[in-house]
Amino acid sequence: MNLPPIIAALRKHKAGVVLIALQIALTLAIVCNAIFIIYSRVENVQRPTGMDESNLLLVEQQWVGAPSGDDAASIQKQDSMLREDLAALRAMPGVSSVTPINTIPLLNSTWGGAVALKPGTDLRGGDARTVFYYGDDQVLATLGVHLVAGRNFNAGDVTNKAFRDNSEPDVVIITKALADKLFPKGDALGKGIYLNGDTKPSTIIGEVERLQVSSNSSWVSAFTWNSTIGPVRLNSNFARYAIRTKPGQLDTVRRGVSNLLYRVNPMRVIDDEDGVRSFADIRAEAYRADVGMAVLMGVVCLILLAVTAAGIVGLTSFWVGQRHRQIGVRRALGARKIDILHYFQLENLLIAGVGAVIGIGLAIGLNLLLIQNFEMDRMPVVYVLSGLVVVMVLGQAAVFVPARRASNVPPVVATRSA
Amino acid sequence: MFAYYLDLALRSLKRNKVLTALMVLALALGIGASMTTLTLLRLLSGNPLPEKSSQLFYVQLDPYPKDHPFSRSDKLPWLLTYVDAMNLLHAHRAPRQAAVAMSRMKLTPTTTQKRPFFSDGVMTTADFFGMFEAPFQYGGGWSAADDETRAKVVVIAEALNNRLFGGANSVGRMLRINDQDFRIIGVLRHWSPQPHFYSLYLGGRNYGDGDAVFVPLTSARAAALDPINEFSYGDGNREVLETAPVIWLGFWAQLPDKSAASAYASFLTAYAQQQVELGRFQRPRSSLSTLMHWLDSQHVVPDNVRMQTGLAFSFLLICIVNTVGLLLAKCLRRSKEIGVRRALGASRPAIFAQFMVEAGLIGIAGGAFGLLFAEFGLWCIRRQPAEYASLAHLNLSMFACTFAVALIASLIAGILPAWRACVITPAPQLKSA
Repeated sequence: MNLPPIIAALRKHKAGVVLIALQIALTLAIVCNAIFIIYSRVENVQRPTGMDESNLLLVEQQWVGAPSGDDAASIQKQDSMLREDLAALRAMPGVSSVTPINTIPLLNSTWGGAVALKPGTDLRGGDARTVFYYGDDQVLATLGVHLVAGRNFNAGDVTNKAFRDNSEPDVVIITKALADKLFPKGDALGKGIYLNGDTKPSTIIGEVERLQVSSNSSWVSAFTWNSTIGPVRLNSNFARYAIRTKPGQLDTVRRGVSNLLYRVNPMRVIDDEDGVRSFADIRAEAYRADVGMAVLMGVVCLILLAVTAAGIVGLTSFWVGQRHRQIGVRRALGARKIDILHYFQLENLLIAGVGAVIGIGLAIGLNLLLIQNFEMDRMPVVYVLSGLVVVMVLGQAAVFVPARRASNVPPVVATRSA
Repeated sequence: MFAYYLDLALRSLKRNKVLTALMVLALALGIGASMTTLTLLRLLSGNPLPEKSSQLFYVQLDPYPKDHPFSRSDKLPWLLTYVDAMNLLHAHRAPRQAAVAMSRMKLTPTTTQKRPFFSDGVMTTADFFGMFEAPFQYGGGWSAADDETRAKVVVIAEALNNRLFGGANSVGRMLRINDQDFRIIGVLRHWSPQPHFYSLYLGGRNYGDGDAVFVPLTSARAAALDPINEFSYGDGNREVLETAPVIWLGFWAQLPDKSAASAYASFLTAYAQQQVELGRFQRPRSSLSTLMHWLDSQHVVPDNVRMQTGLAFSFLLICIVNTVGLLLAKCLRRSKEIGVRRALGASRPAIFAQFMVEAGLIGIAGGAFGLLFAEFGLWCIRRQPAEYASLAHLNLSMFACTFAVALIASLIAGILPAWRACVITPAPQLKSA
């Protein structure tokens, strides 16, 4: 099959050709950007936090009538209430371990700060940004993170301090990502680091494999894996507890935990809706917008492809109708059915090809526009190429039905007057 | 004539039902998607106080050290320190000013045996209600003197009044906030400006229900209520928020006209300069933005919503291109019919008009179905857990807008085919027939 007759025929339908090419170009531009957005959202949603995320509960509560001051007596009173709760929770059937905690991954309640290798350098001169988690000696077991070097906290490491007290712990466990950033030689263990511009070092006693920071919004994207864990019970008139239940006991513990805490001390508030949440709930909440966006983009892409396909079918059908007689003549002159089929397929390939070339340009332009206006990354070439394949296949699939109809035009048509 | 074109258009559309359905459906999907997202976008980027927004100004200063990472971004810190907020407040350079912070407040009902619960509360100063035109159902706000004396008074919202006091006039009754008794001095009528402009960066919600409790800032702090958000920018003691290097207050000023605004702006410049001389600031930077400018510059509208709107309109564009193609193919097929009409004396404008009527008809059908799709889309949004979900309703102007967009889209789509139809020369068409 040679191209000149096809091109000559297309010249007669300039407007239609331009329209199909334009539609394919726009579809390509939007579909490959949408697939890229879907992929980056899904990639975000699927990354593991580094915790064992099953069988994990978070309880948030506030005491009523508790001392709210920052003086030593108030703090000790708050601490004794905290320890009373911890003891009761640990004794609860179905519970395997419990830690007080300031925040957990994806909760979007963040204790941000900085880590430095020199004393007295605050955020400004810090070597890395980090998010702090504070718990007691059961914190690693409760969160289910893996210690890859050094040792866990022991009961002797654990201290308590007021919520706003900005003194820093003597020992910390940090994530491997943070350790590698601070000490690229891999000798972080046993070294001292300065937290939040402190003048007294905190010693790194262990490294955990992976632990996501407590926020999933874009401002933490530069330090998503830089977590620091300190063995500190924070005292104030509210507290959060992370609870790891025995396998299969999550729902039972979840239902019973509020009543247990009310029995320990009825003078407290636990929110009916958000007071006790499983980690699965917290994860779903954190990524709800991302998932929603991905689904919406997916649906729009499908409808878009359907509309474009319908447009191609419609326009090609008309062309086939219009060229009924010409097809008959060609058949009478010896063209086989397959030749007619190939003619229309090649014609579509040509139009879709031109559209796709324009579409690649549009796709890149659209990506640049998105980078400028939204927090988006540069789209890798593979998305453009896969978009290209999708629209070309779509074009061929859409043209097949009318082309088949064309190939079925009998040669005898040529002999009839139009 | 119009009725005749309508009749011709209907016949032509009926002749090719699948194609007509395809065009209408594509257009309806495009219209439905764009109207859904446009409704949402308009809602979210609306003016919370249309009558007054031009008089309301948001104040920013820069207490951050030069080498702080945030300073590298060249943006001004979003909030003020307590010291600066109080200095501005006490300088009385604007008819009305207010410092605002949000707090999660623990409320203990004194009338019923209900358990204590948490609610979003506002800590602010006396001018807040007058400045933002919050309407009172009972009682009123507090005075500047109450701010000074840390009076234990509170203004509550209608919803909370209904919940605790069954909607009765509760002025004079007590409410326990964070274990301290506050006397109710006012009950607001339903008030929830959208977006919640005053809680931006303070940790409250940007959209949705109004806040339940309003407490004088000084009294709230005396009751140990903490702001939801605090951003620390330097070393030093952070235990006492009032003196700490922490920003945690939004600051608003009402300035009646341009000259007052420029006077206030130069006052701010002088203030920042003075603070540099005192050694409190390192850079004499300040800014005064109107309410709407402040909301725009901070991108209150979620990125996802803006992106969805863009997507929906590109979708509509493709649907229009699609419709142009199909209408064009259709009209070329009818060359003979057009030839006959032209030979019988129809003028070119008449042919053009006939085809435009046909396109318009498709547009109106597309608009009607598009409206259904838009209602469906908004229904889906209302079922989302987003904080703005409950606001998603189609109002009358968007209803009209849907039809206008549909009609315009279809007429644009119809121009090329109609033009191609009217330039057809009748003779060859008649000959070959």
